[in-house]
Amino acid sequence: MADSQLLTDVRALVGREYGRVYAWDEVNAPMIRQWCEIMGVDNPLYTDPAFAATSVQDGLVAPPAMLQVWCMEGFHLNNYAPGSTTENPYEVLKLIESYGYASVVAVNSELTFERNLRPGEKLYYTTRLDSVGDEKTTGLGTGFFVTLVMNYFVEHKSGDEAVGQLLFRVFKFRPANNHTPQEAPTKVEAAPAVKRPKPGMSDDTRFFWEGCDAGKLLIQRCTQCQTLRHPPAPVCIECHSFDWDSVQASGRASLYSFVIMHYPEVAPFDHPNPIGLIELEEGVRLVAGLTGVKRDELSIGQPLQLEFQTFDGELTLPMFRPVVE
Amino acid sequence: MTLQNTKRFDDVRPGETLPELAIPITVGLVTGGAIATRDYFPGHHDLNAAQALGSPHIFMNILTTNGLVQRYVEEWAGPEARFASLKIKLGAPNYPGDSMTFNGAVTGLDAATRTVEITLSGKNSMGNHVTGTVALVLP
Repeated sequence: MADSQLLTDVRALVGREYGRVYAWDEVNAPMIRQWCEIMGVDNPLYTDPAFAATSVQDGLVAPPAMLQVWCMEGFHLNNYAPGSTTENPYEVLKLIESYGYASVVAVNSELTFERNLRPGEKLYYTTRLDSVGDEKTTGLGTGFFVTLVMNYFVEHKSGDEAVGQLLFRVFKFRPANNHTPQEAPTKVEAAPAVKRPKPGMSDDTRFFWEGCDAGKLLIQRCTQCQTLRHPPAPVCIECHSFDWDSVQASGRASLYSFVIMHYPEVAPFDHPNPIGLIELEEGVRLVAGLTGVKRDELSIGQPLQLEFQTFDGELTLPMFRPVVE
Repeated sequence: MTLQNTKRFDDVRPGETLPELAIPITVGLVTGGAIATRDYFPGHHDLNAAQALGSPHIFMNILTTNGLVQRYVEEWAGPEARFASLKIKLGAPNYPGDSMTFNGAVTGLDAATRTVEITLSGKNSMGNHVTGTVALVLP
């Protein structure tokens, strides 16, 4: 549960407007050309005055996605152009962070454009803290969605003109896999360590898991026609007999196929998480974790050896390790 | 690109798909994109700083993603399409060595304002780096 003082302090900031942040430079051709070059944008409306003059734009314009670029502070942190506010539009993030929500990730960027900008125009923006959501838990952790709205203006002698807007949403959170106790002002109980999910067990599959506990990889065998089958099932896939027993696999196997799970990162599994489709020398295949492998050393057909590993002191699983030849 | 290449609103059909575009993610694109958007956050150009943040490599900044989304839609729509909005949701980071493939389709047409809505995704080896919508006003 979120601290009630935090919620009160955060809610008090919602709706607050922050002062102007000015552009260092007016909208200009060199920055536009370099931006187009790196992005691979080849629209001559941005870089070719002769072409642009014949277009509906009647002259050069700036790429719309550059809207934010003009007012960035540049190399020196928080070194905004002269005349800019000294207020920190992101103060709400610091406030939330002081309650132990250390991480931040950008979620949404929504630009809207009233019109295209032209070289020579000078911009500034103001910021409004639009909203802070209720405490939420996502795959990343627990925290708050914070939405800021920046309104961009072009300065004119006759009055400033709104030219665009950025809605920017971040998730300010306490990571899910962070087991170190937080030094927060409130009591925070350390989250229990995440355990491996246990397999569902039925009368058809119990022999397999009990075999694992005993250090044996057992494969189902039809006692009528001797066909091996995996995963376990009540009926023979060949002769439809319900009668079966099991045989212990030798543990010698080869890599039939594999996948490396990079994303999302799920506790408590290794990251990245290598998973193999294993062909046992008895002829059946099973899906199992790979251990002691490097991605660039995996190859289809390579020999593997069974190895049982016990997780959380209670769950024994068959894993497969490359055979060193 | 020539002016004649600009799509006419009347020629766009609902559900029409945009040509796929694959963009190699390189150190040059990530760092160059960050600098071209005046974003000097160390995680976008300094490998050690990025790794200290828990990332395997430097990662693309949002403003570069916006630029690439503009490029993808603009290459289809032509030079005189006017961007009314560019709204994105961010997902898996873009790290050098990866590749991001854009796909998109026309998901909305408003004849009164001659506005076309494109829904798109940019996918890398870990999943969607970016998903979003772009609204364009066409001649």
